[in-house]
Amino acid sequence: MARILAVCETKNGALRKVSREAVAAARALAAAMGASVDAIVLGAGTPETAGLGEAGADRVLVASHDSFDRYAPDGYAATIAAQAKDGYAAVVLAATASGKDLGPRLAVQLDAPLAMDVTALAVEGGKVVATRPVYAGKAIQQVVLDGPPALVAIRPNTFAPVAAGKAGVVQSVAAQTGTVRVRVKELKAAEQGALDVGEASIVVSGGRGMKGPEHFHLIEELAKAFGNAAVGASRAVVDAGWRPHGEQVGQTGKTVSPQLYIAVGISGAIQHLAGMRTAKVIVAINKDRDAPIFKVADYGIVGDAFEILPLLAEAIRKARAG
Amino acid sequence: MKIAVCVKRVPDTETRIKVGADGASIDEAGVKFILNPFDEFAVEEALQRREKAGAGEVVIVTLGSDAAAETIRTALAMGADRGVLLKAERIPPDGLAIAQALAAELRGGGYDLILFGKVAVDDYNHQVGTMTAELLGLPCVTAAVKLEIADGSVTAEREVEGGLEVVGCALPAVITCDKGLNTPRYPALKGIMAAKKKPIETRAAALGPVRMSVKSLGLPPDRKEGRIVGEGPDAVSELVRLLRQEAKVL
Ligand SMILES: Cc1cc2nc3c(=O)[nH]c(=O)nc-3n(C[C@H](O)[C@H](O)[C@H](O)COP(=O)(O)OP(=O)(O)OC[C@H]3O[C@@H](n4cnc5c(N)ncnc54)[C@H](O)[C@@H]3O)c2cc1C
Ligand SMILES: Nc1ncnc2c1ncn2[C@@H]1O[C@H](COP(=O)(O)O)[C@@H](O)[C@H]1O
Repeated sequence: MARILAVCETKNGALRKVSREAVAAARALAAAMGASVDAIVLGAGTPETAGLGEAGADRVLVASHDSFDRYAPDGYAATIAAQAKDGYAAVVLAATASGKDLGPRLAVQLDAPLAMDVTALAVEGGKVVATRPVYAGKAIQQVVLDGPPALVAIRPNTFAPVAAGKAGVVQSVAAQTGTVRVRVKELKAAEQGALDVGEASIVVSGGRGMKGPEHFHLIEELAKAFGNAAVGASRAVVDAGWRPHGEQVGQTGKTVSPQLYIAVGISGAIQHLAGMRTAKVIVAINKDRDAPIFKVADYGIVGDAFEILPLLAEAIRKARAG
Repeated sequence: MKIAVCVKRVPDTETRIKVGADGASIDEAGVKFILNPFDEFAVEEALQRREKAGAGEVVIVTLGSDAAAETIRTALAMGADRGVLLKAERIPPDGLAIAQALAAELRGGGYDLILFGKVAVDDYNHQVGTMTAELLGLPCVTAAVKLEIADGSVTAEREVEGGLEVVGCALPAVITCDKGLNTPRYPALKGIMAAKKKPIETRAAALGPVRMSVKSLGLPPDRKEGRIVGEGPDAVSELVRLLRQEAKVL
């Protein structure tokens, strides 16, 4: 029977949410191909494997190595490639920061095509067909991959983890270090408790309409009122040095697909929209009724951000408390 | 220092995309093309390195049609020394096929540093730089926002979910460049004039096998028409009600 390999990342020993999504995507492919799913988990010590069987893996392969406590580009690639050479039809990974680094390395080692940032998968005539946004989300492309194996890196938050399976068999496989050319020396964690704009389910972004860095506390307070929101920014304010690069949303920043995106004092330039138009719900607050952001916003308030933000934060706090 | 920068000609980020008659590519009529914005960071980085070293050469490599010579000229106008155009009628969708052609050109070129953009803003493949490095057997740091080079070794920072990764490797190395690394210069008139005289070599691209094909290209579904909830502070309570009861995101 054909097999699909799903690559699972761990962080501090725990599976990342996106790993279950990769297994779910592999499961969907497997169903269309009549294949089985192996999940390969990389980490140090005894990485978490809980729930992978339930998420759709028939077998869980654990590759443990001391150097895998953080992302090890050459070791991860060598280990996964060694496994994937064993007759897999497809390899599914997540298009995270490490997945984007890893995917192309695997493609070379497996001499196989790679579709990046995939939002849907199908099988036609035995071949994997991947759907992916191109031109900054202004168009959607379907590509046919001539495997085996076909490599696909799925966009986080687009494949819902399934929960219908059984407990998968867990076994260990050999970890390889590969030829170590690149070393991750250190991870500088972002400010304590700060959520990554790319991962948060609610994002509150500020633009040039905030008038200066000293006013971004109003954005931060609204984010805090939601309890679990990240702060984002337009390129204009990042380039002005008001906010760090990591917060930039858009074509040359991050692409986000949160449940709720609130754009405050952001005009809605095409390059900004590229980064957030797939949010489930968009709210815009802008004093200019004709600002293009209102064309994509589900809900808009025409008004002065400085008046509205404190009231909105207060109302959200109340709504969540009540 | 001998530095190569691989650049791609892409549609301007302002472009409104129209699907072409084949249903698999864009209609290029009236589209303005630019140097991929992430490649501007790569060109700038190369120029700064050459300036700091006080010597060296910056070579621009692109794979594309004859029109891509114009993209090389942009980089030459910024200050690069010469260009190589690897000619292919069409740029294939398969990043590995492109990387194989670039690796064939760069192999044995004696480069200390090979720079790429993090991603091309047309196909968003996010792979050609890393694949080229892997084919050449060189270390590769992807999506660098900070780069230090001293005594033949590289220390770079890259953004990852929840922080910054500090990554080290030895030269020669491949780096793919992200926004934040530097601020690209605009070509000055003098540079534009000088670029006209700089050499561009053209040869056929040795593309690898193409194993990814585009089946269809379409436009994303429109977002459904939104609405203005109201004006000023009075609209706040209605917004919160809608977020809770209609959108159910609270
Ligand atoms: C190659 C390229 C890549 C780019 N990549 C990105 C990217 O990744 N992300 C990105 O964001 N941009 C990007 N841009 C820039 C983009 O074109 C815009 O310039 C930028 O998004 C504008 O930022 P802004 O909306 O904050 O500022 P502006 O366009 O100046 O808008 C400010 C808005 O604030 C409103 N306002 C003013 N005062 C108030 C107030 N008191 N209360 C409420 N509203 C108020 C105004 O009505 C206006 O709509 C890119 C551009 C290029 C050329
Ligand atoms: N046709 C090409 N010619 C030269 N360099 C390219 C080409 N395509 C991609 N690249 C380089 O690879 C990077 C990543 O591209 P991509 O993998 O297509 O997103 C780009 O920023 C360029 O530096």
